[in-house]
Amino acid sequence: MESSKVIHAFYNDDEVLLDAVKAVKSEHHHIEEVFCPFPVHGLDKAMGLAPTKLAITAFFYGITGLSFAIWMTNYMMIQDWPQDIGGKPSFSWFENMPAFVPIMFELTVFFAAHLMVITFYMRSRIWPFKKAENPDPRTTDDHFLMEIPVHNNEEALTSLLEKTGAVEINIVDKH
Amino acid sequence: MYQFSGKLKTLSIILTVVGLIGIGYSFYSAPSSIEDAKEILAHQSSHGDDHGSNHDDSHENTSHETSSHDDAHHESSTAHHEAPANHHGSAHDHSDNSTKDSHESVESHASAESHDSHLEHAFHQLQNKPWSALYVALFFFLGISLLVLAFYAGQRVAQSGWSIVLFRVMEAITANLVPTSIIMVLVVLAASVLHVNHMFPWMAEGVFDPSSPNYDAIVDGKSWWMNVPGWTIRSIVYLAIWNAYRWFIRKNSIAEDTANDNQKTYKKNYNASVIFLFLFMITESMMSWDWIMGLDPHWFSTLFGWYVLASLLVSALTVIAFVTIYLRSKNAIPGINDSHIHDLAKFMFGFSVFWTYLWFAQFMLIWYADIPEETTYFVARFNEYKLPFLAMVVMNFVFPVLLLLNSDYKSIPWFVVLGGIVILGGHYIDIFVMIMPATVGPFWSFGIAELSALLFFLGIFIYTVFSAFAKANPIPKGNPFLEESEHFHYYNIEHRGEGSGNHH
Repeated sequence: MESSKVIHAFYNDDEVLLDAVKAVKSEHHHIEEVFCPFPVHGLDKAMGLAPTKLAITAFFYGITGLSFAIWMTNYMMIQDWPQDIGGKPSFSWFENMPAFVPIMFELTVFFAAHLMVITFYMRSRIWPFKKAENPDPRTTDDHFLMEIPVHNNEEALTSLLEKTGAVEINIVDKH
Repeated sequence: MYQFSGKLKTLSIILTVVGLIGIGYSFYSAPSSIEDAKEILAHQSSHGDDHGSNHDDSHENTSHETSSHDDAHHESSTAHHEAPANHHGSAHDHSDNSTKDSHESVESHASAESHDSHLEHAFHQLQNKPWSALYVALFFFLGISLLVLAFYAGQRVAQSGWSIVLFRVMEAITANLVPTSIIMVLVVLAASVLHVNHMFPWMAEGVFDPSSPNYDAIVDGKSWWMNVPGWTIRSIVYLAIWNAYRWFIRKNSIAEDTANDNQKTYKKNYNASVIFLFLFMITESMMSWDWIMGLDPHWFSTLFGWYVLASLLVSALTVIAFVTIYLRSKNAIPGINDSHIHDLAKFMFGFSVFWTYLWFAQFMLIWYADIPEETTYFVARFNEYKLPFLAMVVMNFVFPVLLLLNSDYKSIPWFVVLGGIVILGGHYIDIFVMIMPATVGPFWSFGIAELSALLFFLGIFIYTVFSAFAKANPIPKGNPFLEESEHFHYYNIEHRGEGSGNHH
């Protein structure tokens, strides 16, 4: 099996980390992952990650919620148990539409928000009882960790990382 | 320092003069006697005009079509041949869409006398037309300048960092408050003291006099608020408060530049802004009741002040964005970047949604409850103003949402300008539909009167705003947050013309 050695470089400041990521990228090394105790603005761009598509899914989830609300109000208030809404017994969904707008709005938001969170969890591969993937518990406290795969270039990488202000550099076998 | 270019100055003067000529023409061509009005009506009905059919065929028409017209008729000229209680009853029946009753009441009008009073009412509405056109444009520009001032005060009170480089732009726009306020005072005096127009029906003679045929019991019940001296004094007090703050803050904002007094001036400006915001929220609501809701004196809505506020606020943000984009294209604002435009566009987007929320909240509660004295407002708008009334919802909600939803588009100038033009158009129509149904009823149009009023105020706006901007340092050097504003960068966007190395 191919060697799966990785370098773990630790930083204790987000600005230093951001500059280090840029330095490593400019040397054309692949950064596997960066573990942070909090979100660092601009990190995704510095790492060259593609922009998130979560916003697009949110739009479609919202459309789904809106459609569901239209179907639901029509089924409940017009078909299954026709109701006289505000003294206007027209029993037509469209003519009673103003009464349903708050429901349409709320379900749009509800679907967009909840499904977006669930999508985010699935995309990030986290779910209940999942074992944490972060390689070092310090990344949940006050350290940042940059993980770079090694391809027989340990020395070059180590010296580069030392220059970027890493406080600790470890070479570990992954699995 | 920015130089108010001669070209722009000429343009503003041309706009003002052309506008003034157009306004003069529209006043000149308004009917000066009932005979004139008759002629205009006859001319219009021969063209199959909306009003003509209302006027001539009201007996055959269904109540839906006649009701709004007759309603408006009752509202302003009040019952000439009915007891007050009776009058109210008939208004009730009208909006109830009860065809039979409405027919009866129409028939009771079917006398020569009724025809004359109807004609007189139409005459007043035609006379109101140039006034209303002027009033819509005046209120639009006055309101925008006022809301820019309020937004600016809000930025000071919030001690916001991002907007400091835009402070002089906002201050310059508020300079337009002075001429619009002066014209507003003249219009207020013309309506109340000189009584040369019929825009506010409750100012008509005898409305508060039980022995008069014009007596209106509903309006009389509100006479503790709706009376001519009170209205006039309040109007002038609002304008005085706003202009006093504007004068103070502009003077002291410039003083801040060179004060170097350990932020004493800055804190004084902060305190003045807190006081102004408090007074503004009260006077803005009262202004909207007095100047807009008073046009339909029987009707009321408790969130009307907010609704007007939302409409003017989103227009104000759009105008700030326009002036900023223009001045930026002339390299007149040092330290500005794409993130400032992005934030202005976010406000345009957000307040468009806020406006829709209030518009719908007002509509839905009235629609749901279906109380005749409340629904008259929407009946009038759905009958004779259907196109502008519904088009404005598309322009003010659907269009901005689709255009400005995407984060990347919010910092592209031509996108913001395109969205902004539709927003400003939509909110002009919004003000139009707030005012016109009460003052001119079915005679609305967008012609010389309306267009020239807009041009007139646009000319004044350009002149005052850009000459005010040229008079002070384009950025407030003494503001403690200036540095933060110049380095403002919304992390999610790239600044065009900057490398990624300039991030963070």
